[in-house]
Amino acid sequence: MTASGQTNRQPCIELRGVTKIYGTGQAAMRALRGIDLDVEEGDFVAVMGPSGSGKSTCLNILGCLDTPTTGTYLFKGVEVGRLDRDQRARLRRHYLGFVFQGYNLLSRTSASENVELPLVYRGIPHRQRRAQARHALEAVGLKGWEKHSPSELSGGEQQRVAIARAIVTGPAVLMADEPTGNLDTARSHEIMELLVELNQREGITIVMVTHELDIAAYAKRIVHFLDGLVESDKRNGSPI
Amino acid sequence: MLWDTILLALREIRRNVMRSFLTILGIVIGVASVITMVTLGGGATVQVTQQIASLGSNLLIVTPGRRMGPGQASTAAPFRSEDVEAIARDIRSVAAVAPASTQRVTAIVGSQNWSTTVTGTDNQYLRVRSWSLKAGRQFSDSELRAGAAVCIVGNTVRQKVFGALDPLGSRIRLGKLSFQVIGLLEAKGQSSMGTDQDDLVLLPLRTFQRRVSGNQYVNLIQVSIRDGASTEKAQRDIERLMRGRRHIAPNADDDFSVMDMKEITKMLTGTTQVLTGLLGAVAAVSLLVGGIGIMNIMLVSVTERTREIGTRLAIGALEREVLMQFLVEAVVLSSSGGLFGILLGLAACIGLKNMLKVPFVFNPGIVIIAFLFSAAVGVVFGYFPALKAARLDPIEALRHE
Repeated sequence: MTASGQTNRQPCIELRGVTKIYGTGQAAMRALRGIDLDVEEGDFVAVMGPSGSGKSTCLNILGCLDTPTTGTYLFKGVEVGRLDRDQRARLRRHYLGFVFQGYNLLSRTSASENVELPLVYRGIPHRQRRAQARHALEAVGLKGWEKHSPSELSGGEQQRVAIARAIVTGPAVLMADEPTGNLDTARSHEIMELLVELNQREGITIVMVTHELDIAAYAKRIVHFLDGLVESDKRNGSPI
Repeated sequence: MLWDTILLALREIRRNVMRSFLTILGIVIGVASVITMVTLGGGATVQVTQQIASLGSNLLIVTPGRRMGPGQASTAAPFRSEDVEAIARDIRSVAAVAPASTQRVTAIVGSQNWSTTVTGTDNQYLRVRSWSLKAGRQFSDSELRAGAAVCIVGNTVRQKVFGALDPLGSRIRLGKLSFQVIGLLEAKGQSSMGTDQDDLVLLPLRTFQRRVSGNQYVNLIQVSIRDGASTEKAQRDIERLMRGRRHIAPNADDDFSVMDMKEITKMLTGTTQVLTGLLGAVAAVSLLVGGIGIMNIMLVSVTERTREIGTRLAIGALEREVLMQFLVEAVVLSSSGGLFGILLGLAACIGLKNMLKVPFVFNPGIVIIAFLFSAAVGVVFGYFPALKAARLDPIEALRHE
């Protein structure tokens, strides 16, 4: 089912026959109707599709925020569907990073403290947190902006802070839900260049949901969803 | 981690200073009232206890009628002079026995008049109360026997009716009769109940009975026990003696009471404690109301910060970590209310002590209890909102506008 040509890599995400049904009986809504999908380490996958196609539901499952109704989801060989809420939280804490369309930064909290947030839950001491946050902010091109609060930053800068927060823990996979949805074209392309750079330089696997073709074009691979099924799964010739 | 959580809570509280202040106001007022009530009540109790103790721990007071509770007594036949003599004669551990019958009269000297209390007694009264004369002399035996028209005046009476005049040898009218002043008492100041102890005139008991009350009764007998003798034993002996003299059947209750200072203290402080307890209960209700205020604002806060909670859950916060965050915030809120309340209460006590003439007695126990109680209010009323936050579905929470 995968279009991967990179046989030397292990899949870190394996979906097998995943369905997601909301509600029961007549009112049941089948958001996913049997998805098979593998994502290898170091890949950059763009998930596209019209609204209601199930792409967000799929991202929630991939991000271990939700569990499949049927089918299996193996994350690094672990069956996520069998984990309880806390175990999934621990998995997210150690292996996943999240970037949201609306940035979701804590207001009136400095960029550095926002970036430190996942480290707080890992129990990393203050001084080390500060150093790691500075590093991450430097990696997203916001060196020297540590003390600024989100309200003092532009949308693009806020999304950079959010990306810094997602990568500060050195996650295995970065889940991005329409990361450029709130940004103008120029900022969008800057953010995409940053994600491509993180994918290539740091080797972070990225799964990104978007509905814009030019944004998806930055990914190595584009998966199209339609009515809860994978419609197409193509590799881009070369990243721009 | 806990420290980080507390810092986070403090920041959230600072973010909404006005709202936080209004939220904790209930707790502040509740704790301040508890502290004020209990501290002032404790001060009053200490004051009463100290002044009673200054009378001497070896003092027994025998009164007719059975004590029913604080301030209540049943009526019974009063004592007579013979009872006083019997106690002095039959109880070996007694150092001094003094009868005391009192009545309010108006004292008049020249154009000055003053409403005061006359007490019919004998020279033993001064010994029992360890009171001494500032000037003049005690009653002579013949004056006591004959019921002579002589008196010893307290310092307040001297000031009010004699002014600058020398009272010794002068005459004073008490009610309808004229008495010669033979002695002047040392000033004692206020009593435990806030009454002026120096506002009295002493007469020989017989004079009092014949010329003032017109009967043979003795209202009260004060007994001081010799140093080293057992007060409890003397108390039992007096009880046995009086039961015999008053012909009380073996299975009947006493129709009199013999109280030592401990019991008198208990009686006097009982009222204070009941009052303190009542006011404390009212204050506790206001703490409860304060707690509901905290719950309310925490629920608002959880709703306002739904997206933040979603973000925290998404990046890997455990349910109990989110629960802890909101619980700590509620506890920091309520216990800071407790802290302000304690300071306000203590300040109020210091401010009121002069007005109410009650000493300020710092009670660390109630301060600690008030603080712990306010923190507990945070735990109890913060738990439900915190649980609500922790149980949020991260997907729903992230989608929340």
